[in-house]
Amino acid sequence: MTTTLASPAIAHQPVALVNGRLVDPQTQKEGKGGVLVIDGVIRDIGAGISAAALPSHAQIVDCAGDVIAPGLIDLCAFVGEPGAEYRETIATASAAAAAGGVTTIIARPDTNPPIDDPAVVDFLLRRARDTGLVRLLPAAALTKGLQGEEIAEVGLLLDAGAVAFTNASTSVRNARVMRRALAYAKDFDALVIHHLEDPDLAGQGVMNEGELALRLGLPGIPREAETIMLDRDIRLVTATGARYHASIVSTKASVDVIRQAKAAGLPVTCGTSINHLTLNENDIGDYRTFLKLAPPLRHEDDRRALVEALTEGVIDVIISDHNPQDVETKRLPFAEAENGAIGLETMLSAAMRLVHAGDISLPRLLAAMTLRPAEILRLPQGRLAVGAPADLIRFDPDEPYVVDPAKLHSRSKNTPFDEARMQGRVKLTMVAGEVVFRA
Amino acid sequence: MSEYRPAPRFPHRHLLGIEALSAKDIVTLLDMAEEAVGISRQVEKMRATLRGRTLINLFFEASTRTQSSFELAGKRLGADVMNMSVSTSSVKKGETLIDTAMTLNAMHPDIIVVRHAQAGAVHLLARKVDCSVVNAGDGAHEHPTQALLDALTIRRNKGRIEGLTVAICGDIFHSRVARSNILLLSRLGARVRVIGPSTLLPENMARLGVEIHRDMKTGLAGADIVMMLRLQRERMVGGFIPSSREYFRFFGLDSEKLSYAKEDALVMHPGPMNRGVEIDSTVADGPQSLIREQVEMGVAVRMAVLDALAQHLPNATGGERP
Repeated sequence: MTTTLASPAIAHQPVALVNGRLVDPQTQKEGKGGVLVIDGVIRDIGAGISAAALPSHAQIVDCAGDVIAPGLIDLCAFVGEPGAEYRETIATASAAAAAGGVTTIIARPDTNPPIDDPAVVDFLLRRARDTGLVRLLPAAALTKGLQGEEIAEVGLLLDAGAVAFTNASTSVRNARVMRRALAYAKDFDALVIHHLEDPDLAGQGVMNEGELALRLGLPGIPREAETIMLDRDIRLVTATGARYHASIVSTKASVDVIRQAKAAGLPVTCGTSINHLTLNENDIGDYRTFLKLAPPLRHEDDRRALVEALTEGVIDVIISDHNPQDVETKRLPFAEAENGAIGLETMLSAAMRLVHAGDISLPRLLAAMTLRPAEILRLPQGRLAVGAPADLIRFDPDEPYVVDPAKLHSRSKNTPFDEARMQGRVKLTMVAGEVVFRA
Repeated sequence: MSEYRPAPRFPHRHLLGIEALSAKDIVTLLDMAEEAVGISRQVEKMRATLRGRTLINLFFEASTRTQSSFELAGKRLGADVMNMSVSTSSVKKGETLIDTAMTLNAMHPDIIVVRHAQAGAVHLLARKVDCSVVNAGDGAHEHPTQALLDALTIRRNKGRIEGLTVAICGDIFHSRVARSNILLLSRLGARVRVIGPSTLLPENMARLGVEIHRDMKTGLAGADIVMMLRLQRERMVGGFIPSSREYFRFFGLDSEKLSYAKEDALVMHPGPMNRGVEIDSTVADGPQSLIREQVEMGVAVRMAVLDALAQHLPNATGGERP
């Protein structure tokens, strides 16, 4: 099949990743072989793709037995632009993403100004084109100014290139507004991604409500703050039929609600963050503010339930929940510190902990970071398939390393995996056939 | 009251809504209105049908065209017309609706035309007075004379109503015009569609026997009549739509969207229009627009309604009130 490629009309050099371990999230199968990429698209896959079978002008990457998989799609990351360039920029966020094997970032709309106007969507897409290493797609605000009062211009924002609608890190408090937003989004077949926290019930809480909060003397956020919001949303989804994605579920009870909603055939999906899958409230230890997150890290029992729900497929997606915070907003008493942790660069390594612990198979894990988000967003990438965009990663699932915050690419260094031992590292990241990172 | 009177052609004492009218009643009113069109176009427009009668226009909600249309209709039929609007009435001083009704009733009017912001207010008033009552719009419930004038306009231009496809577009949720039109047009055998964003379509809309569309392209395909509704922004508590520009982009009637309908489709709007929000000026003032004719038919239909109700006035033969 490669012998006919000699035509000088083909300006782009074929690229082949060979001698790898192909992990296909769609078929959940693994096999030895390689991937041939021409003009940014996967042209062939399989055991037949080897250095010997390719034309001499092809660029060949020998993967030395490493995993070849689709690049990750991160359904929620804060990229700083516009308005918070001191925390992160598209250039730094996408460098972190490339180093972490993330080839598509969905940017959160809680920027300044927020992404609630088609012109801001346009700005982000242009900035990403000019300064980004990986694909960036904006999630627009579900309500104007993220105020939770008036529906945003869903139709115009979709036309401009928004891929989903979310109120970022706040829940729409008013059920009437949420109902209308869902009904309106349904008309455009738009995806609504919602954060789950009843602001009244969460109150002044800063960490999971429980024994540890009691001992630390910190006000707690009850699990019900999440479940009540989720319950309400599911009822509104039942009434409106809108496509709904719970951004992060963090409790066992929420998992049960999602399981029931899916069993009832509702258009409901959910995600959880890499932090909630691999850490628990005990990691807060001595008031470590890098582990102050929203929703808060929960009890180990909740974490176990999340891992189980991920293996079952009740949880569809793992997100980085990348939220860069500068030192000044984190070096504060725990209750006064900002929420959030960076995660783009460490997401895959951290997730590999679940594989190494025997909790989940590698194809299943990868599906939650590639195929499932692609399906939910109706994107063509995230697949190891002929004709799919050549967004690919090569990673060694076993290589050990220690996370050194100074070496991370993000402009902010608030990683909860500071000094953590990891096993599994990205060696190469390719976006649309272009190598954007090489270890 | 015992002597012979010809059987009335219109068997209702009040006109509270289209709901209570049969197809025959509607056709009777349309036929009478057709005659009234002729009267209004003559130099001498006065008739004596309502001579000596008192008509009160009681408007709790501001109105220009409906109120003036009723006033003109009453005067052309020879009635004494009194206009009461909310700003001059004692309602502002705390009088209840029923007290107002009783007060007016004591003045022996023959017909009261009422508009009120609350659905059902006109029905309540009708139960408390001795005269005929015409609903000139109650909340989001009914606006029967608007539906009648729309039907008359359609019939004059298309020659029929039965079998036509009528698309009613926009703010269905707040619209009494939509409800009355749906009832009337379906009763006369038209196929009615409603088009709008889900936030402006009430739940269970399909129960009214209409086709529901959320996209102008599919909704207007094959339509004979495109009826635009006013976006009632003053009632938009809590944001039903994101913005006027988005609404215009997806639901505003411009030449492109109108081209989805039949080539000879006609455009209507009950007024007042928000130009550039639900309708583009090129369409509103274009050759397919019936909007000005609707206003003319408004006077004719109201003359017909007053005339029809006059057949039932208790002192029709000149005697004392019972």
